[in-house]
Amino acid sequence: MIRDITIGQYYPANSILHRLDPRVKIVCTLLFLISLFLQKSILGYVVATLFLVIVIRESKVPFKFIVKGLKPIILLLLITVGFNLFLTDGPVVLVKFWIFRITDTGLETAVYMAIRLMYLIIGSSLMTFTTTPNELTDGIEKLLHPLNKIKVPVHEIAMMMSIALRFIPILLEETDKIMKAQIARGADLESGNIIQKAKSMIPILVPLFVSAFRRANDLAMAMESRCYRGGDGRTKMKPLVYKSRDRMAYAAMIVYMVLIVVIGRFVPFHIWIF
Amino acid sequence: MSIRLEHLNYIYNPGTAYERQALTDINLEIPQGQFVGVIGHTGSGKSTMIQHLNGLIRATSGKLYYEDQNIYDENYDMKKLRSQVGLVFQYPEHQLFEVDVITDVCFGPKNQGFSPEECRKRAKEALELVGFPEKYYEQSPFDLSGGQKRRVAIAGVLAMQPKVLVLDEPTAGLDPRGRDEILDQIALLHEKTGLTVILVSHSMEDIAKYVDRIVVMNQGEKMLDGVPREVFSHYKELEKVGLAAPQVTYIMHALAEKGMKVDTDVTTIQEAADEIMRHFHD
Amino acid sequence: MEMIQTEDLVFEYDKHDEEGNVIGKNTAIDGVNIDIEQGSFVAILGHNGSGKSTLAKHINAILVPSGGTMWVDGSDTKDPDKLWDVRQTAGMVFQNPDNQIIGTIVEEDVGFGPENLGVPTEDIWTRVEESLRSVGMLEYRHHSPNKLSGGQKQRVAIAGVIAMRPKCIVLDEPTAMLDPNGRREVLRTVEELRKKENVTVILITHYMEEVIDADKVCVMDSGHVVMEGTPREIFSRVDELKKYRLDVPQVTMLADELQSRGLDIPSGILRTEELVEALCQLD
Repeated sequence: MIRDITIGQYYPANSILHRLDPRVKIVCTLLFLISLFLQKSILGYVVATLFLVIVIRESKVPFKFIVKGLKPIILLLLITVGFNLFLTDGPVVLVKFWIFRITDTGLETAVYMAIRLMYLIIGSSLMTFTTTPNELTDGIEKLLHPLNKIKVPVHEIAMMMSIALRFIPILLEETDKIMKAQIARGADLESGNIIQKAKSMIPILVPLFVSAFRRANDLAMAMESRCYRGGDGRTKMKPLVYKSRDRMAYAAMIVYMVLIVVIGRFVPFHIWIF
Repeated sequence: MSIRLEHLNYIYNPGTAYERQALTDINLEIPQGQFVGVIGHTGSGKSTMIQHLNGLIRATSGKLYYEDQNIYDENYDMKKLRSQVGLVFQYPEHQLFEVDVITDVCFGPKNQGFSPEECRKRAKEALELVGFPEKYYEQSPFDLSGGQKRRVAIAGVLAMQPKVLVLDEPTAGLDPRGRDEILDQIALLHEKTGLTVILVSHSMEDIAKYVDRIVVMNQGEKMLDGVPREVFSHYKELEKVGLAAPQVTYIMHALAEKGMKVDTDVTTIQEAADEIMRHFHD
Repeated sequence: MEMIQTEDLVFEYDKHDEEGNVIGKNTAIDGVNIDIEQGSFVAILGHNGSGKSTLAKHINAILVPSGGTMWVDGSDTKDPDKLWDVRQTAGMVFQNPDNQIIGTIVEEDVGFGPENLGVPTEDIWTRVEESLRSVGMLEYRHHSPNKLSGGQKQRVAIAGVIAMRPKCIVLDEPTAMLDPNGRREVLRTVEELRKKENVTVILITHYMEEVIDADKVCVMDSGHVVMEGTPREIFSRVDELKKYRLDVPQVTMLADELQSRGLDIPSGILRTEELVEALCQLD
């Protein structure tokens, strides 16, 4: 079950998106997320959709795989849509039953909200699908590098992130194994109230923590033995250097943002808070 | 009084891109009291198969009878099955969690609903069965040596007093003496209590030394099933699927090739030595 | 030339009671003197807890001696100025394949060591490629380590060490967590490296079959080196090995058994062919 979640996973493929500098992808993803909240007109969404479709096609990540990533947020999506649908007041009441009313504004808001949420997830998962966790942390490290001057340990944070990403699948598998082993010893993980359920997690959490610490200890030793001593004096196997395709990607993003801003100007400007 | 698998199939992630047939049409009957070895390389389906035995994995199709009752029947008591078919996973010491040894071993019986006194009694019996020294009962399981931790973990399953004990590579990572001690203890236990033991192992030498019967798994199918000397006589087929016979089997075959009249089907050092001596005395 | 040399090496650590107070000292290594020649293949045997892993960690300066001295390629491991030289000279491969791979992509992991050494980017790529090729994992360079088998992960770990161009590789029970196929895979890789690269190999293990090609075998027990010699010398002392919680390959055991039953065959037989030949001569 846990393994079905595709958000945050890397999808190996050879596409222009995969080859882009991670900084480009991080910055562009952020800009795209912002763009979703800059306007709320049909034209604007057409442009955003078009942009997304082109990017998905260029990424060579199968559409089915991307859609699978939406599964875990379906509940969140339904709640958001529900709230907007039933609780937004508007001039025209479309449907009315019991205590619920669906208004035209409500319907519109709900649809936009659903689209925004989905695009948000698709946009950000496209970044993780096409960028290895290491590239991602390299990108973040380089983008945040100026913070080094105010004594923020940027390299260490980036290293920690990349190690965490490497060990997530290992620890998930381990959790699965420990759960099975305790079930085999008669552990009941399902029934009972919240307190009983929390208590029944102890036989899983204790071994999991013990194992995580053991792994951390081993890993620290392995890193030291390979001469790791922090970010100073370290060279990069894959140094980040902007190439012409990265500059082109930035240019395309600027065009898109200008379009969105212009469209946003034509129609009433809203910023919604969930 | 047996375990019987009929046309058992298991498919991983059915209906997705990761779909994979892990077990194909497994038919197997294990009578009560047998000592069975299961061999197969990593990914052959042996771990998947043994997890079916106590219902941790549910077969995609087929039937699994425990004491003549299909465990996939509605209202079948899985909890009872799990207390009768004890499963010891690989590196079982990774599941220890309690403050001291005895409390950890009590976890199983406690889940079965026994009184604290009864739990303690059963835990003590189980610890005795695995030869764990009493002076360490109150120690934290995390401070023990690797071999002792493993004993505690096995005792944790034995304390549920199962009728069938399934062990997935119980000696992985132990040194030779630790390995022999654990296996000798299990063999002794099997002899004393008449427990059915199903032992998954990579070591052909160990398997040959202890078991009555060997089941060979390959690519999700049962490839061979028989007494050790019979199974190891197919050593060329075993090699083809990345397995091997014990070293003595090869020695005996090499001797036979050189024209010595020795029985090539022996599987242990003692048998081989007897056989060679017999040849020289004749 | 001595690659590794120790003089009365001692390692002690504090023993704690349940409240964390120091209640005494444990001695993991107790007066060890060993010399390992440049380019040789030395195996260190011992049961779990015999001190063999502690000794291995000294070679890489992960641990420093509490008494005595350890020299690696002439550098004293206690000298803080030599620390990084020592670690680069003596690379280390650990037991658990999962817990020593840092990168999320095979080639990035192999590049980790050279990156730490400050090797220029161009050179890192050549080194990564060469190392992956020499362990036969080049075609997996873009894979995630999580998708590899145990044996493949260990080969990646070995590549990660070779990429640092060490003079000596210490393998601390590299096969303990692998299945027989994985074990064979790793041992074959180590053997090829030895032939091709003239590196000193120190293999720590409790599998006897793995050490029959070694130039020298040291057996450790409770912090001491209790036996030292060629594999043949060591394996001819079956009873002594058993005393140290070790065992010997089945063929050696069978030869020993036949010998004790009165057959006239040589001691310390290591391979099937040797036994077959010895028996045929009797026939």
